[in-house]
Amino acid sequence: MEKETCNFSFCAKPAIEEIETDLLLIGGGMACCGAAFEGARWANSKKIKITMVDKAATDRSGAVAMGLSAINTYMGENDPKDYVKMVRNDLMGIVREDLIYDLGRHVDDSVQLFEEWGLPIWKMGDDGFSLDGFQAKEAGKGSLKDGGKPVRSGKWQIMINGESYKVIVAEAAKKSLQTNREATGVKQNHFERVFIVKLYNDAKEPNRVAAAAGFSVRENKIYIFKAKAMVLAAGGAVNVFRPRSTQEGQGRAWYPVWNSGSGYALGLQAGAELTLMENRFVPARFKDGYGPVGAWFLFFKAKATNSLGEDYCVNPEALAEAKAKYGKYVDNLGTAIRNHLMMRDMKLGKGPILMNTHHAMDAINKTFIEKLGEKEGAKKVKHLVAEAWEDFLDMAIGQAGLWASNNVEPDKVPSEIMPTEPYLLGSHAGCAGFWCCGPDDLGAPEEWNKKWPVGNYNRQSTVKGLFMCGDICGASGHKFSSGSHAEGRIAAKAALAFMLDNPNYTPTINETADHLAAELYLPFEVYEKYKNHTTDPNTNPNYIKPKMLQTRLQKIADEYFGGISTWYMTSKTMLDEGLRRLQLLKEDTSKMAASNLHELMRCWENYHRILSVEAHARHILFREESRYPGYYYRGDFDKIDDANWKCFVNSNYDLKTDTWTVKKVPYVQMVEDMAPVKH
Amino acid sequence: MPSYVITEKCDGCKAQDKTACQYICPNDLMTLNRDLMKAYNQETEQCWECYNCVKICPQQAIEIRAYQDFAPLGANVIPMRGTDSIMWTIKFRNGKLLRFKFPIRTTVEGSVDPYKGKPEADMAKLKQPGFFTTSKPMPTMK
Repeated sequence: MEKETCNFSFCAKPAIEEIETDLLLIGGGMACCGAAFEGARWANSKKIKITMVDKAATDRSGAVAMGLSAINTYMGENDPKDYVKMVRNDLMGIVREDLIYDLGRHVDDSVQLFEEWGLPIWKMGDDGFSLDGFQAKEAGKGSLKDGGKPVRSGKWQIMINGESYKVIVAEAAKKSLQTNREATGVKQNHFERVFIVKLYNDAKEPNRVAAAAGFSVRENKIYIFKAKAMVLAAGGAVNVFRPRSTQEGQGRAWYPVWNSGSGYALGLQAGAELTLMENRFVPARFKDGYGPVGAWFLFFKAKATNSLGEDYCVNPEALAEAKAKYGKYVDNLGTAIRNHLMMRDMKLGKGPILMNTHHAMDAINKTFIEKLGEKEGAKKVKHLVAEAWEDFLDMAIGQAGLWASNNVEPDKVPSEIMPTEPYLLGSHAGCAGFWCCGPDDLGAPEEWNKKWPVGNYNRQSTVKGLFMCGDICGASGHKFSSGSHAEGRIAAKAALAFMLDNPNYTPTINETADHLAAELYLPFEVYEKYKNHTTDPNTNPNYIKPKMLQTRLQKIADEYFGGISTWYMTSKTMLDEGLRRLQLLKEDTSKMAASNLHELMRCWENYHRILSVEAHARHILFREESRYPGYYYRGDFDKIDDANWKCFVNSNYDLKTDTWTVKKVPYVQMVEDMAPVKH
Repeated sequence: MPSYVITEKCDGCKAQDKTACQYICPNDLMTLNRDLMKAYNQETEQCWECYNCVKICPQQAIEIRAYQDFAPLGANVIPMRGTDSIMWTIKFRNGKLLRFKFPIRTTVEGSVDPYKGKPEADMAKLKQPGFFTTSKPMPTMK
């Protein structure tokens, strides 16, 4: 099949703006907002230029765009070592403990800043009941920094009134960027609605990142950013597997629907080594609306059961069966194992699986009335019901709408929960991402820091000058919003150290600006060239529109790589066939067609999704065991095999030859084991 | 639960410097029809129902109706976002109404001064763990 090229014979050539900066922040979510805040403070006195580029509006971009009802990572009184143990346990034993500990010891500062900037944080009242952010202020409760006691919904989580969480964090980031403009005399250093498509390596140093190219989603303009270092935090990958919803409900992905795998695709094409890309996250959430269950489980103490009222996590037969395959990993009942046990009951026809919100509310009602009497108890219950609804209204508003549509009042009836389609991410309860340098003061193997091939700088990838954070710094999940912000700060600070150590570097690339413009605008050229061939431009044999590209990807991923249609089951033979189909899809991307800027973004987003999924499938294929039961299963190796596979799986993609190298990397335990948990 | 725009209420943000919903939508869905000077959601199956367009619309012209591939008709959830708190009205299919008010921020919007009262960055500590705000030694694993 002939490849299409763009020489602007059919579509108009865009304006091209080349921007020379020092530190480029790709993304505008929590991680890059952290990078802007920390980075500018260190950079300003040295007149180092920082530039942020965001595909959306930073006030509401990234995974926290809607808001959140809790901050899931706040150490407070806890030891970061215990945080390492929790994360390792939940991610089935293989994580980078240096990165996790480092995050744990840094994260609280970010949370305390959020509160200072205006984020309302719940506090414990003197009567042992919770106060929202306003009530706490009125009651004279001190801030976290001054010893104010947060409301813990779990050991690591604190409750917030987080509707404007991202707006507040973005405000601080934007003000920080403003100080950098004032310090450097640069007119613009914050670009919204610019979508970065590709990174380019240095002309003289092939393993160094030098430029990023993208386009405006608002006007016909290409941007080429040349930078001495980059912080990449462009998110995980959503809507890569066929979703359970079939039409407009596809938008109601559990993770933000705009996270299109750009973080993975940008880094891997530049040559950065990936780690644990076989990992995925399949959250069990309220069915269809994908509303959060954390507060219901942890804060309201609700229990999930099958429809016969049985707790599927204590069934001795199921536990014995799981233990035979997955060994000691069953004992601590991490998220993956709980999913596994839930799905077992679903397959036995014991569904729907129910979250017994009504029993939880009953119990609370009783306790409150016993403790406080009829009148005061009822008042507190009313407050608690409002808190339950706020949990949705802050972060999954559609779930509130779905309950209202079904006349569901959670204090009266239970609600169904369901495992979602798979997502790829590294900041929530997943750890797919890049292999990064860690801190050098924690006693980790020197291969992870002092002997890092491209220089010992925290969170630097295996590509020189390219730093990773948030969803795409791998093997270190459970950062969540606060941890992503803190990790952005760590990465930006290290990137500045790197830059100051390499003062004479000027980025140059082989490709001309015209070449980049032609590469990015190819889907326009293809569309304009062929669109009049048929009476309906949506159906045309010469090209593929982004919607069909995405649908084909989702179908391949779902059917061959362990999506919902096979109950998350795959195998070598299935993966091989899926990869063959994926290769054809990749070839077809030279015929992606866009009729407007919005579709041009969708084309490239889906290109990013395809590469992310390919990495995922190749890692699953390489790891001959089922490390994450409940997330995916290798039918041909349905067990956890510590003797052979208690190790990282890392990979590299070679853009020039379109080939992958996958390898084992030893796991090293740094924090001692947890005391065994009894059931 | 895609957003929809009420024809009568939308004025295309004629008097503003930008179309508010188009500016804020994280997924580039809200778009302005320049012939009609009315906004619409151009790709409803990619809508996360984040409500940012609903909250920002100066005319309150945008609402959300539930995803029809799984939600029965007749309910709605309407926010009214103020400067320090947000009011929600939830109407159930059976007509039941719930109203809630929650705090959204404790400071005035635009008042964040990120470096006020913070130490300067001490360049000697650039390669040590900790942030420019860190005053105590950072813990290590030992």
